[in-house]
Amino acid sequence: MSEALQLLWTDYTLRNVAAGTAVLGAVSGALGCFAVLRRRSLLGDAVSHAALPGIVLAWLLTGSKAAPVLVAGAGITGWLGAAAVSALARRERIREDTALALVLSVFFGAGLMLLTVVQGRPDASQAGLDTFLFGQAAALVERDVLTMGAVGGVAVLVLALFWKEFKLLSFDADAAAVAGYPVKLLDHLLTLLLVVAVVVGLQAVGVVLMSSLLIAPAAAARQWTNRLGRMVVLAAVIGAMSGALGAAVSGLAPGIPTGPAVVLAATAAFVVSLLFSPSRGLVSRRLRAAARDRRLRSEGDAS
Amino acid sequence: MTPQTEIQLIAVAAAAACALSGTFLVLRRMAMIADAVSHAVLPGIVIAFLLGGGLGSPLLAFGAALSGVATVALVEALQRTKLVKEDTAIGLVFPALFAFGVVLVSRYADHVHLDVDAVLLGELAFAPFERMIIAGRDVGPRALWIAGGALVLNVAAVSVFFKELKLVTFDPALAAALGFSPLLLHYGLMTLVSATAVASFDAVGLVLVVALMVGPAAAAWLLTDRLAVLLPLAAGLGATSAVAGYWLARWFDASIAGAMAVCVGLVFLLVFSFAPRRGLLARRRMLATQRREFAMTLLAVHLAQHEGTVDEADESRLASLHLHLHWDEDRLRRTVRDGLNRGWLRREDDRLLLEDAGRSAARTVFARAWPQGTGTTPHRI
Amino acid sequence: MNDDVVKNRHTETSTVHPATDAAVSVHDLTVAYREQPVLWDVDLDIPSGVLAAIVGPNGAGKTTLLKSLLDLVPSVSGRIRFHGEPFRARRRDVAYVPQRGSVDWDFPTTVADVVTMGTYRRLGWLRRPGHTEHEAAMTALRRVGMADLATRQISELSGGQQQRVFLARALVQDASVYIMDEPFQGVDATTERTIIELLKELRGEGRTVLVVHHDLQTVPDYFDWVALLNVRLVAAGPVREVFTQENLRLAYGGRVGFAGTKEPTSGPDKDPTSSYMGRIRP
Repeated sequence: MSEALQLLWTDYTLRNVAAGTAVLGAVSGALGCFAVLRRRSLLGDAVSHAALPGIVLAWLLTGSKAAPVLVAGAGITGWLGAAAVSALARRERIREDTALALVLSVFFGAGLMLLTVVQGRPDASQAGLDTFLFGQAAALVERDVLTMGAVGGVAVLVLALFWKEFKLLSFDADAAAVAGYPVKLLDHLLTLLLVVAVVVGLQAVGVVLMSSLLIAPAAAARQWTNRLGRMVVLAAVIGAMSGALGAAVSGLAPGIPTGPAVVLAATAAFVVSLLFSPSRGLVSRRLRAAARDRRLRSEGDAS
Repeated sequence: MTPQTEIQLIAVAAAAACALSGTFLVLRRMAMIADAVSHAVLPGIVIAFLLGGGLGSPLLAFGAALSGVATVALVEALQRTKLVKEDTAIGLVFPALFAFGVVLVSRYADHVHLDVDAVLLGELAFAPFERMIIAGRDVGPRALWIAGGALVLNVAAVSVFFKELKLVTFDPALAAALGFSPLLLHYGLMTLVSATAVASFDAVGLVLVVALMVGPAAAAWLLTDRLAVLLPLAAGLGATSAVAGYWLARWFDASIAGAMAVCVGLVFLLVFSFAPRRGLLARRRMLATQRREFAMTLLAVHLAQHEGTVDEADESRLASLHLHLHWDEDRLRRTVRDGLNRGWLRREDDRLLLEDAGRSAARTVFARAWPQGTGTTPHRI
Repeated sequence: MNDDVVKNRHTETSTVHPATDAAVSVHDLTVAYREQPVLWDVDLDIPSGVLAAIVGPNGAGKTTLLKSLLDLVPSVSGRIRFHGEPFRARRRDVAYVPQRGSVDWDFPTTVADVVTMGTYRRLGWLRRPGHTEHEAAMTALRRVGMADLATRQISELSGGQQQRVFLARALVQDASVYIMDEPFQGVDATTERTIIELLKELRGEGRTVLVVHHDLQTVPDYFDWVALLNVRLVAAGPVREVFTQENLRLAYGGRVGFAGTKEPTSGPDKDPTSSYMGRIRP
């Protein structure tokens, strides 16, 4: 562990990777809270899968593999995917789960098809798909980290600016509408922030695992606090720590890809929180119940 | 058989198998469980590989099915703590298991000759090269046997337990009361889903198993109300998408799995738009007719409500009616025309009066609103 | 006496309470869900300064009526006015208390915070609630007897306490019209007393309170004005005049044998049924 920490400071590449994953962990942790609280945890999964065709198209149309170009493409189809989910889920006989599953698999399939067409080879594994599937944290350079920080920072800033509106919308959308807020617009804005969080993370952790970084830190943070503000800050911290830790582990043990390592770190944080948080944790709940039983029994004995 | 035919047969069998078990997932609002299970079988596959089972070995199928069921059990256990909601629980469990699977593959890469991309995305194009040899005879591609086996398993399970699955899907409480354990059936179904996912990944890859499980079933559900029709219809739509996908992939020289998912999407979109009763266009047409019909009835009710009251004259004046109803004048003009044509209304100077037909239409509405005898003595009609 | 004492809603509009005086005025409102009518041509004028109940069987469209008053559901036809103006222009004068079950009480927030949400509208965009808003929230909490629970997480509250929090959130808005969806649903006796005292206080301050109510027994004690609804408006007016067995039978389709008040005396030549029918039915 200490060795890993030392490496984080001394190794230039690793420091970039860790900084990058920490930034994305913080951004997705903070923005993921609203997805989790609004029961839209899985929307992130649909968005990240839907980003694939956008990445390929952006590359196809511009011929550039530069991060901003690909991120823009990812953002556009990711947003389309989210819009498709909400358009489908409103219809009779199509429920939200069906809409999510359909959008994520069909968009992803389209991305896969495009990618193989562009590469001119039908076997996806040769087409450099790994990069998109699991991300390429190891290839992060300082510029990427700065870009991620800037884009994510803007998203977090927007979140802070409309904090009370987003809070009201998430807790009681009807009350927000009665108060005269443009509820649909706010809803779109919040979805847009989710899309931003996803595309910021794609490069580092990839399509398949991105959704976890939106969910796990938020779910972990929720166990420690009953205040929205603290939950968001804590989720950002947990996300950042998971990112850095995952990067360090994968740096120390070559062969373990960064994306899965980060996801496992965030999941571990959730499991610890689930078990040991003082107020809600399963262990403390069990202990309190045992203490109550003992007290009742001793009172029973006394009488 | 040519390799081409073989590939299409494999795709058709896998698609039909997925559609059958997927139908129940869609009906039970568990479509995202398909996504979760299909990702989470990865560690099972890897561990089975490590223990020496190859593709197609029973050990692998067993390991994968086990991890699929474990996923569902974990999700439900998390939900039961009441500390996280269902969608969050799903989103926590499957990426973690999947990440674990990827780490296993990377760690033991020397021992596992398993191509993660192939598992994820399928390699249907190469399927005909792996032959099944029984007693020295080539009996066809191995993948065809696996996918065919999955199809047989699904057909058998769905037809043997048709009644039970139907009951537990539409009325779990009644199912329990009649002595069918919903829990047992639930986990039986989850085992079936996991086994099908494993059997199909060869053909389409894990990520796109979801498309085959959810798309055809969702499309078929827009076409029929009967489960006995829904199941074969979903299987048929799945098979059609599979074949269409194969040819699309050939045309563009693209990934077959990707093209199949695209075709699933296209088939769904076609059904979604043009289904006879529940399609987008049909609904829009029906809604327009209903809206006209409704507006006419509304006008009749409005006039009936105010017939004989003090403000009747005011409430039935043609020039100001749209203000009362808060309609635009255009809508009022159209509705009045409809009503005059239908013989519900007549004009008297600047006032609009009800004919008997219109009055009885309004009365029907009240009778519907109050079924229990209160629509009987309409004082003024 | 029927026709002149028991006020028909139309005669009422034109003679006793001109529409501009009404706190809430609904004219020819029809609401449909998937083209199935939920509310049919409802005319309703709720005078200023009354404590009004909306009663009717399940599926009568009570909640829909409230939601269409507040622009939360679209209407097919009709016009709604608060003190003579559309809702959009009168937002600040209208406070809404939704059904308790309409929100997730596991949301990470505190009692005081939820009540402070009532001040957001006044604050507008970008500004954060400050000292004034927190003071207002505390005052409202004291009025509902919940000041000592201000820092509680909302999931730790009982049903009655949750209801009081929602009530406090509405009080903070200092509105002239209060619209409440089943505030007595599933609350304890203490809370019910607290709430009704509070509603009467609000009326005493000249505000109008409109409540969707389930318990027919308490209507005469709690309210001075009532609207009976079953897709259409069956009757509306002062409780002692409108809350009759006959009207209840009309609203509930003969399923209710209870009426809290005596029937109005019948006129000499008509039986009461037909006169009510005449007013309410076409």
